Amino acid sequence: MNAEARAARDVVRLRNIGKTFSNGTIALAGLDLNVREGEFLSLLGPSGCGKSTVLRIIAGLAQPSTGVINWTTANHERPELGFVFQESTLMPWTSVFNNVWLPLRVAGLSKAQAASRIEQALALVGLSGFAKSYPRELSGGMKMRVSIARALVLRPTLLLMDEPFAALDEITRFKLNNDLLRLKAELGTTVVFVTHSVYESVYLSTRIAVFAARPGRIIEQIHVDAPYPRNDEFRHTPQYAESCRAASHALTSAMDSEDRL
Amino acid sequence: MSADRLDRERILNVVLPLGIFLAALAAWEILVAVKNIPPYILPAPSRIAATLVSDWGTLSGSLWVTLSITFSALFAAVAGGVALAVLFAQWKWVERSFFPFAVILQVTPVVSIAPLLLIYLDGHTAVLVCAFVVAFFPILSNTALGLASADHNLVDLLDLYRASRWQQLLFLRLPSALPYFLGGLRIGGGLSLIGAIVAEIAAGSAGQGAGLAFRIVESGYRLNIPRMFAALVLISVAGILIFLTFTLLSHLMLSRWHDSARRRES
Repeated sequence: MNAEARAARDVVRLRNIGKTFSNGTIALAGLDLNVREGEFLSLLGPSGCGKSTVLRIIAGLAQPSTGVINWTTANHERPELGFVFQESTLMPWTSVFNNVWLPLRVAGLSKAQAASRIEQALALVGLSGFAKSYPRELSGGMKMRVSIARALVLRPTLLLMDEPFAALDEITRFKLNNDLLRLKAELGTTVVFVTHSVYESVYLSTRIAVFAARPGRIIEQIHVDAPYPRNDEFRHTPQYAESCRAASHALTSAMDSEDRL
Repeated sequence: MSADRLDRERILNVVLPLGIFLAALAAWEILVAVKNIPPYILPAPSRIAATLVSDWGTLSGSLWVTLSITFSALFAAVAGGVALAVLFAQWKWVERSFFPFAVILQVTPVVSIAPLLLIYLDGHTAVLVCAFVVAFFPILSNTALGLASADHNLVDLLDLYRASRWQQLLFLRLPSALPYFLGGLRIGGGLSLIGAIVAEIAAGSAGQGAGLAFRIVESGYRLNIPRMFAALVLISVAGILIFLTFTLLSHLMLSRWHDSARRRES
């Protein structure tokens, strides 16, 4: 299989997905979305537009009210996934090492069996020296790195991230953005990334799906063709500015359509 | 400078409360001496201390009985409370069906159940059951609350990794519940001592199995007020030691991660 054929393959297809919460709120209606292998897809939109709900539906943490999810795996079952929340969501009572162990532990691996994979995952996020630390002893950015290491320790086919850097300061966020791109390049993981930051989505993504709210739906898709590796220089290119303008414009019209409703 | 301040803080924290306590004892001692109050009305602290020494043979036996009842009851309450809380967390219908019973046991004052228990059971067992009943509820309700308080995102994460119910309990819910359980244990420890004392007073059981409460009742009948005070001192000290033990235990188990056991940086 050549590179283009691989790039064109879908990991998962969402068809006509709708989600109505028990209180009657329509979170999503008629949503179609394909996630392609190897891409970095951002879901960009105002808060309450259902973009996190899409992520939860893909993860199997929420059931869609209508529509189907097709996994393109051999047995059509959900492959190994990684999930990163907005908070680092670590277990405060145990060490960084044991936190990263959790997914492997659930899979039945003992600490000794998992050790080398845990160390690898911690090395990936640059936290090799912190295996014995407790989450409390780490900064917000470091905690998020542990959370990413935990999500990657199973080498998932698909990494789902729900506004992971929203609570961090800008300097830390830029640094983690770069680290995330480096990890993605190293591991070749497909990423679906929820954000409400235009700049973050353009910097990271190959494709941006812009959401409008009430009901949540995709109103525009923007391709960011700039090749990887990207670094801070990319923030100063005309292409970056152009993509930001396009994404920003789409987001504004998403908000306008909401105001009319 | 900072060492000076630390020293001053230590003096304020330790020496001051201790000094005030000793001053109160001294005032008591002086009051008794000056007013010439007879020991059968109010014994001086020195007299109480002397009684503790002279009656140690009788009192220590009773202390042992009371402590063994307290800890047996507490042990049973921990085992029962935690087991039931785990069942509550695993199956909602168990919680809905059995929680009312726990509440009924809790809201009915133990003194009012004691006479009934004394009809059904022998004195020793009845006292044990009373102490168990009062210690059981705080441990059950605290642990149940703790098990239900696990971080929702972590619950989601375990669902994502297809963790079984028992894995979820073991890896997530039990560690989450630990601070709540330890809080319940501290309350339950104090209550089981109170339960043991109250039930024994209601039982009035004499003979070999006589605890400190019986010594108090007995001393009252005999107007042996110094011994009454000595027994009271032992009960207080036992209660304080139980509380301190569990506070220390809680500190040791939580100091690395839980806010309750950490000093705030100033």
